[in-house]
Amino acid sequence: MSSLREASQPSETMSGAASLVRSLEAVGADNVFGIPGGAILPAYDPLFDSSVRHILVRHEQGAGHAAEGYAQVTGKVGVCMATSGPGATNLVTPLADAHMDSVPMVAITGQVAGPSIGSDAFQEADICGITLPVTKHSFLVKDPGEIPQAIASAFHLASTGRPGPVLVDITKDALQAGTTFSWPPTLDLPGYRPVTKPHLRQVKEAAKLIKAAAKPVLYVGGGVIKSGASAVLRELVELTGIPVVTTLMARGAFPDSHDLHMGMPGMHGSVAAVGALQRSDLLISLGARFDDRVTGHLPSFAPLAKVIHVDIDPAEISKNRHADVPIVGDCKEAIAELITLLKAEQLPQWSTWQSFLAEVKKRYPTGYDVPSDGSLSPQQVIQRIGQMTGPDAYYAAGVGQHQMWAAHFLPFEKPGHWLNSGGLGTMGYCVPAAMGAKVGQPDKVVWGIDGDGCFQMTNQELVTCALENIPVKIAVINNQSLGMVRQWQTLFYQGRYSNTDLQTNRVPDFPKLAEAMGCIGLRAETDDQVDAVIDKALSIDDRPVVVEFAVHKDAMVWPMVAAGTSNDEIKVARDLAPDWDEEEL
Amino acid sequence: MNHTLSVLVEDKPGVLTRVAGLFARRGYNINSLAVGPTEHPAMSRITLVVDVEDHVLEQVTKQLNKLVEVLKIVQLEPDSASRQLLLVKVKAEPANRGQVLDVIQLFQAKAVDITADTITIESAGAPERMAALIKTLEPLGVKEIVQSGVVAIGRGSRSISDRALRTRTEP
Repeated sequence: MSSLREASQPSETMSGAASLVRSLEAVGADNVFGIPGGAILPAYDPLFDSSVRHILVRHEQGAGHAAEGYAQVTGKVGVCMATSGPGATNLVTPLADAHMDSVPMVAITGQVAGPSIGSDAFQEADICGITLPVTKHSFLVKDPGEIPQAIASAFHLASTGRPGPVLVDITKDALQAGTTFSWPPTLDLPGYRPVTKPHLRQVKEAAKLIKAAAKPVLYVGGGVIKSGASAVLRELVELTGIPVVTTLMARGAFPDSHDLHMGMPGMHGSVAAVGALQRSDLLISLGARFDDRVTGHLPSFAPLAKVIHVDIDPAEISKNRHADVPIVGDCKEAIAELITLLKAEQLPQWSTWQSFLAEVKKRYPTGYDVPSDGSLSPQQVIQRIGQMTGPDAYYAAGVGQHQMWAAHFLPFEKPGHWLNSGGLGTMGYCVPAAMGAKVGQPDKVVWGIDGDGCFQMTNQELVTCALENIPVKIAVINNQSLGMVRQWQTLFYQGRYSNTDLQTNRVPDFPKLAEAMGCIGLRAETDDQVDAVIDKALSIDDRPVVVEFAVHKDAMVWPMVAAGTSNDEIKVARDLAPDWDEEEL
Repeated sequence: MNHTLSVLVEDKPGVLTRVAGLFARRGYNINSLAVGPTEHPAMSRITLVVDVEDHVLEQVTKQLNKLVEVLKIVQLEPDSASRQLLLVKVKAEPANRGQVLDVIQLFQAKAVDITADTITIESAGAPERMAALIKTLEPLGVKEIVQSGVVAIGRGSRSISDRALRTRTEP
């Protein structure tokens, strides 16, 4: 705050680089993940003396995912910094990831000097052009006088409306030139007017549909977490008794332990959640976007349902599925309005519907088989980590089978404690995202649940964690293969395992690799070792820990709806479909 | 079906790239695009003609609106004044020169350049009229055609940019 007050003195003279750092201080950025290089170098000099903590990562992709992780657990804007050219292009994946999953993030990149732009100069890349489709907005700053305004605008854009990543590309000569700094700058964004307040008439229409529905379902997406709407959502559920499903991005938005929670819908959703949507006559979609991983074959998705669609982004409404009642606005406000209206109504009991779903939930719990050969069950390992650590911890996952198992078997009771790459499906997300989460929540336990494939993409950030005192815990669920791809080869390619065998049996040796990076390395290969290594990992708080779990190779993620098919074709195990007919209403 | 959109944008570098890029990556087709300054120095106007179904048009509009530098989008009525500029170089040898001149007169076009064996014709008007002119000239020997994108403006006294400017002063 002192920097803010200091900054309110008008027009100090300084370099563009100093103006950038002062802007970051003034806007409240306390942690920046990055790597210096030629074009961004001027900024690193004033950063050396700043109150902003810079965390020197080992790869720019790590900086980007760490900024995402930090943003997810703090609700603040995550910041990453890189130099021009390859530094900037290494940020493309995290930018795309943040764009898909609506993560508030600001990426600051150096650019070659203004007069050199377009000359194919050393380390020149048109990063604004390259990232155009994967950013919410971007600025190319050539005039040092524009730096405070660009930074303030970037943070405003990233954090308001539908959150997303914003890139600020600043030329080296703008960083070096002298300028005047004053704060706060005026924002000049005349075309940016996000609607947060829902239209009351639309909410009334929604209340009418709810009152008339026989089988309503709350289809809860990541927007509920972004808007901080978990508490009002719970109030709405308790008031109405409407069953809930939470998407991959919304795990934790509503407690899994609640009777009315049917679990996660989608390709690897629970039978109860998928069944709830397919049989529903009214979907109340809250901050969800009817992603293909949820809907499956779109024309046969929830065929009998009318749709109420609440989203802060008008373009999501009726994009994939027609909305009978569109509501543009913030989920928290929309739910609060809905509660007010519904309190005044005599609502149906929906008890037949509730008991039907409760029966499905009981009959088809999300479970797993323990392998008969004595090897570890990956699901059981993940479940034990969750049970022994509890719902207060933060959990990041990579992408693939372990991600789906984590989504099923971790304890989801609190919003914002689950980090994963939902939309883009970025392998390598886990380690750096866990690092960012631990920086954002230093007093909480942060577990990364990673696969052996994912881990080998970004594990070098454990060096950063070891040296910067960021004691994350990473579980490597090692099935020696690219498990999810292998699962598809098992099911759809006649078991022809083309290039999915990573042969990760001691090459690399994960505990040794961990030790080499300054972490503690542990391994469990048998049942009786599982609890002991988790205990050990939980007891270490001064260094990052990597625990390798050598698990059964052939474990598959169930339930599953094959890509492109109808949700009605859900299988609870290979060639085993749930028996719907027994549960007719 | 063709729809004409008037898109008011901030006059900043890269805006046209953002608009064109959005169409490319979302798979919408642009039939015609024209961009130019307006009565307000900070504002440019892009006229887009797109051939899409109604529900796709809604998506196009919503996605365009998400671009930070887009100020306002108006779908113009079918009766709006729509104009295109056309320049055509046609063979005009002694044998058909009379015919070419007849066409110029018939379409109230203009000859902007005359050589021994060609006439370059200028015409501006509704896109359908320009198409008719080209069709009529084709049998006479068209050597080169250049056309502008369509620009369009609504009929009546109301201005779409008036209201856009009002919104510019909102916080």
